[in-house]
Amino acid sequence: MRQARSFAPIAAFAALTVVVAVVPSFVSAFRAQQFAYVAIYLIALIGLNVLTGYTGQISLGHGAFMAIGGYTTAILVADHGVKDVWTIPIAAVLTGVVGFLFGIPALRLSGLYLALATFAIAVSMPAVIKRFEGFTGGGSGINLFGLPDLTASLTPVTILGQELTFNDWLYYLCWTIALAGYVVAWLLLRGRTGRAFRAVRDSETAAQSSGVSLPRYKTLAFGISAAYAGVAGSLFAIATTFVNPDTFPIALSILLLVGVVVGGLGSLVGLIAGAVFIQFLPIWSQEVSKSPGAPAVVSGVVLIALMFVLPMGFAGLLARLRTLTKR
Amino acid sequence: MADFMQQVVVGLSSGSIYASLALALVLIHRATGVINFAQGEMATFSTYIAWTLTTNHGWSYWPAFAATLILSFAGGVAIHQGVIRPNEKGSVLRVVIVTIGLLLAINGLVTLIWSGEVRAVQSPFPTRTIDIGGVAISIQDIGTIGVVFATVVVLWLLFQYTKVGLAMRAAAVNPAEARLVGVRVAWMLSLGWGLAAVLGAISGMLAAPSVFLDPNLMAALLIYAFAAAVLGGIDSPIGAVVGGLVLGVGLNLLGTYVDFVGADLRLPGALLVILVVLLVKPSGIFGKTEVKRV
Repeated sequence: MRQARSFAPIAAFAALTVVVAVVPSFVSAFRAQQFAYVAIYLIALIGLNVLTGYTGQISLGHGAFMAIGGYTTAILVADHGVKDVWTIPIAAVLTGVVGFLFGIPALRLSGLYLALATFAIAVSMPAVIKRFEGFTGGGSGINLFGLPDLTASLTPVTILGQELTFNDWLYYLCWTIALAGYVVAWLLLRGRTGRAFRAVRDSETAAQSSGVSLPRYKTLAFGISAAYAGVAGSLFAIATTFVNPDTFPIALSILLLVGVVVGGLGSLVGLIAGAVFIQFLPIWSQEVSKSPGAPAVVSGVVLIALMFVLPMGFAGLLARLRTLTKR
Repeated sequence: MADFMQQVVVGLSSGSIYASLALALVLIHRATGVINFAQGEMATFSTYIAWTLTTNHGWSYWPAFAATLILSFAGGVAIHQGVIRPNEKGSVLRVVIVTIGLLLAINGLVTLIWSGEVRAVQSPFPTRTIDIGGVAISIQDIGTIGVVFATVVVLWLLFQYTKVGLAMRAAAVNPAEARLVGVRVAWMLSLGWGLAAVLGAISGMLAAPSVFLDPNLMAALLIYAFAAAVLGGIDSPIGAVVGGLVLGVGLNLLGTYVDFVGADLRLPGALLVILVVLLVKPSGIFGKTEVKRV
């Protein structure tokens, strides 16, 4: 029984990998690009869930961490001639360090006050980016389109003898990183570190008296979480081939929080549904009605209805299904 | 010096608008334990009602003002009873997401009903200035400060000297025991939402004449109000008012006198100051430090 339980997630993950691998053969390049964005959101959501779902620290500012990752990539590619894929690890490390450093003052804050602190960062980010024009390109942003040596936006990419169009290449790049990030998070969260995170979330006092160092684990959660957001931001820049201050608005940070709650706090598997949800909700809402204002009404109503139906997000739904099948 | 005083009064005027919206956030936080992201959109909706009554139906300003407050109150109560109360069990983030849903829906609804066009809103106060000790102060600023001040006093009287006010405080502080002594907790919380909607409506109607009315009227204001509420301490009504005024004056002086800040970095500058305040005093200036029992 024990054996079976530990193999089930691995089998499910293998199935997911296969599905992800074959999807581009069945959908248009345009759809493949939309699914690439799902992977990008998934990466950011995994990061946010490490912080909010597992460690209990609410962040309303993950869009700002994505902005740091995105701008790292854009500046390295456009100004320093680094090939786009190599900027991804640099963005991860840099954003992770920023997140870790932000985590130190954030130790003093909890609950809504932390939410405001992170919100403040996200709100200020566009203005700060505009202000340091020489470095960031100011309001007009940085263009990555073209640059055939550094990005794949014009030339097809050849990998393992397969020639891939930009959209397919983007799809495989994003999903490979997303699935790898998923496995890393899973390994991290099932062991000692994950236990410490959950202990901090459930009761800081109890965690501390059991010997869990709050400063260490909270800043660690911030660092890991930001590193994921940095990777997501970097991929976002590669995908849009353009960044400006409005690429990472405050709405993005809020959208990520929505994705985590809809997916399920403290669960990894639900996040895939959360990522699909935040990518496709605006698109589906557009299809219902196009008159100005109507898509927002549809999105809002769907979101509220979802909280009525799935209070624990999609992860809660999965858990309920699992108990049903066990009977 | 006269110029400085003038900037202070202008700051107090916008600060009182932040204060009133911040107070709305505090009321809802005390009642439901969440930040209501839809507060700004609710206020925008109310402001549009007032605009329609005066522009399309020929009402004069103050009756329209009063009618808007009544409708807003009913709307606030309805929102709490309809979508907030059923979602109050479980993680608070669930309610937060519902308020984000409300934000989207109400914003869309405003655009759908009144279109995204920018509208000019008449002010109930003359735009003349009067001279007080060499300082030219616009009557509109004085009126704005006066209306918010009066609202705060009325609210304070309500909470301190009426039975309903006492019941509302009891319901917010200790719902379980309040229920035992016969307070209808859920309805008291609904009243809190209603009052918050009224405060939001006031801030929206006061803000609209100077910035024009469009569906995103309150988006920026909500951020200021959030900052003001946290600066003062998210559970403290006095803190929200003081926080709003301090923020209003501070922002205005910062934008006027510090060249590096200018208009662009006003908001980040203010938020930075607030972060520093929070790092020194993690629960705001007037907030109580939460003591948890293990």
